[in-house]
Amino acid sequence: MLNALSRRALLAALLATAVALAGCGSKDDAKKADEKKAEAVKPDPLKIGFIYVGPTGDAGWTFAHDNARKAVEQEFGDRVKTSFVESVPEGPDSERVVRDLVGQGNKLIFGTTFGYMETMLKVAEETKGVRFEHATGYKSAENMRTYDSRTYEGAYLVGVIAGKMTKSNKLGVVASVPIPEVLRNINAFTLGAQSVNPKVTTRVVWINKWFDPGKEREGAVALMDQGADVLMQNTDSTAVVQAANEKGKFAFGWDSDMSKFAPEAHLASAIINWAPYYKKAVREALDGGWKTEHNWWGLKEGAIDVVALSDKLPAEVKALVEARKQGIKDGSFVIWRGPIVDQAGKVMLAKDQVAEDKWMHDIKWYVKGVQGAVPK
Amino acid sequence: MLLEPMRSQLGVWRIERRPAATAWMRWASPLLALLLTAVIAAMLFAMLGKNPWQGLAVFFVEPLRNAYALSELALKATPLMLCALGLAIGFRANVWNIGAEGQFLLGAICAGWVALLDLASLGSVGLISLLLLAGMLGGMAWAGIVAWLRDRCNANEILVSLMLVYVAQLLLAWLVYGPMKDPAGFNFPQTPRFSAASVLPKLIEGTRLHIGFVVALLAALAAWLFMFRARAGHALQVAGLAPQAARYAGYSARRALWTSLLISGAAAGLAGAFEAAGPLRQLTPYVSAGYGFAAIIVAFVGRLHPLGIVLASLLLSMFFIGGELAQSRLGLPNALSGVFQGVLLFSLLACDALILYRLRRVV
Repeated sequence: MLNALSRRALLAALLATAVALAGCGSKDDAKKADEKKAEAVKPDPLKIGFIYVGPTGDAGWTFAHDNARKAVEQEFGDRVKTSFVESVPEGPDSERVVRDLVGQGNKLIFGTTFGYMETMLKVAEETKGVRFEHATGYKSAENMRTYDSRTYEGAYLVGVIAGKMTKSNKLGVVASVPIPEVLRNINAFTLGAQSVNPKVTTRVVWINKWFDPGKEREGAVALMDQGADVLMQNTDSTAVVQAANEKGKFAFGWDSDMSKFAPEAHLASAIINWAPYYKKAVREALDGGWKTEHNWWGLKEGAIDVVALSDKLPAEVKALVEARKQGIKDGSFVIWRGPIVDQAGKVMLAKDQVAEDKWMHDIKWYVKGVQGAVPK
Repeated sequence: MLLEPMRSQLGVWRIERRPAATAWMRWASPLLALLLTAVIAAMLFAMLGKNPWQGLAVFFVEPLRNAYALSELALKATPLMLCALGLAIGFRANVWNIGAEGQFLLGAICAGWVALLDLASLGSVGLISLLLLAGMLGGMAWAGIVAWLRDRCNANEILVSLMLVYVAQLLLAWLVYGPMKDPAGFNFPQTPRFSAASVLPKLIEGTRLHIGFVVALLAALAAWLFMFRARAGHALQVAGLAPQAARYAGYSARRALWTSLLISGAAAGLAGAFEAAGPLRQLTPYVSAGYGFAAIIVAFVGRLHPLGIVLASLLLSMFFIGGELAQSRLGLPNALSGVFQGVLLFSLLACDALILYRLRRVV
């Protein structure tokens, strides 16, 4: 009796779902047909694909890239059609995603993490009609170029704030992966702090991940337990600023504005604005002029900024940050000006010498004032 | 099994074991679970404001649309299949190795190490055989630690095998950040690219599908023969189902432990070797996309049976790929494929429970 009843109920439920599905289908199809008619007169939009290593979420690296994608849509309207695939691991899966984006008719493809380099290069060599933009890598081809942002400029500026705000004279950095970019940021942060407070030292915790809230938090807590009272991070989540908030210390947002995650602890956010570069790349792909090059953009191009300065900062600190920012923009102030010495006191950049980009790409050491050893 | 009766306005109900579970339902249950997953998926699509038919098509039709798509499906299923086959043999013997992920990584590390040695004189066939063998040995050694600790110290194999996954991940990280790092790689965590001699032969030219898929199918056949036609396989399963009967029959529990762990270690290690030498072509910290863990789902959805595992690994691979396609085609979030995996496993467990048990009104 019961069996019969429940079977009938199940059948009824299934049928009801099927009917509901059929209804949805026909409605959507009708709408589609209308859209198609309207599209027929316009030229085909440039299809642009984005591949993200993390979830778009609400803060950090991928969030910043996705904001730029939205800016591209806004700027170019129906001349472009963008789509993205998020959380694609840096491994064999990325090749299928890149190829699928090519198969979908995308003519410009942005890969936003270093680990896609070999994949993108391989696909680029096989599909000449498609252009590839690879963030943070060093290999390029006729139809593949690289772009990056001068994150060290933001790191230097928040370093200036840290140097002014620290009471213990101990700063901490939650660092991701020991590649030159991250070492450069730790050094710039320390140099910024030393420029206003020669007594500061910096401690570093490496978590060997770009996004791992659990480990980022552990690292932040370990640094604060060692006496650090102002933290910077070169990782993607909001765990560091949140941990600082709980412990009554200070911290900086990274890659995107993180002020709302830590109202008390947050002093400023060093952000990346990919929109200017993405607009340039799309404009070149649409109107011509796209060529293989390496674009390394910073404050001057509007790709880097320090935003959401806390009310806790004294007016003179805000003014100082603004002055340095302007100086970097117009070239009157240089971050990498000698003498710069490493931990052992060895001169890495002679007095009054100004570093070239190549020198910056080769940083594998800590400046004096950073404690601990660079992971080998 | 008699559980506490449930009282409600509709009377008093009790969950009780069915006198005899319908035999064919045991096999129908995964299909029913799949159907339920599809229905729930369709409802999810509708709730997200997408056309459910389109959504289902992206997950269940698009991954099969042409030879290239099929090759990608098989490529992704290969490591899942190999890992799950090994795990199933262990699970049948009541040996709960959940660390296939770690054994997979060791396989990749050992294979990568061989691929980076200067062994061009061996020729392509020699080099590939050697690196696959090295991968298997690596996986076996990692699983061997689990067997040894269980055998010697009676350490729980579930915990030990899981913990060794993290050790393997850290070992891989240490190697690619340290001794095996590409000197020309700007300090990025990666080894140099493997030499051309170690490229695996392709099954279909122009795709990434390599001989690993055929090896995995052969492994399924071998697993079937071992489970149902070999004395050793029989002994293993008796040890799992009825340890005392096994002892009475003279089957050694130690042997069951070692055999099942070494087999699953070898299978996972081989999967890792294929992944490293196949689509990856270098070691990075991101060798595995969680294949060792997903293989546990595959083993159970496949009913711990080789044929079931072949089908289940293709199904799970379809979900993974469908999840990517749903993003670029429909703008749906990536979390969806994880939700589907969970719903599938949940539906399967629910179906199984209702096949073995029933609700009966007692008052």
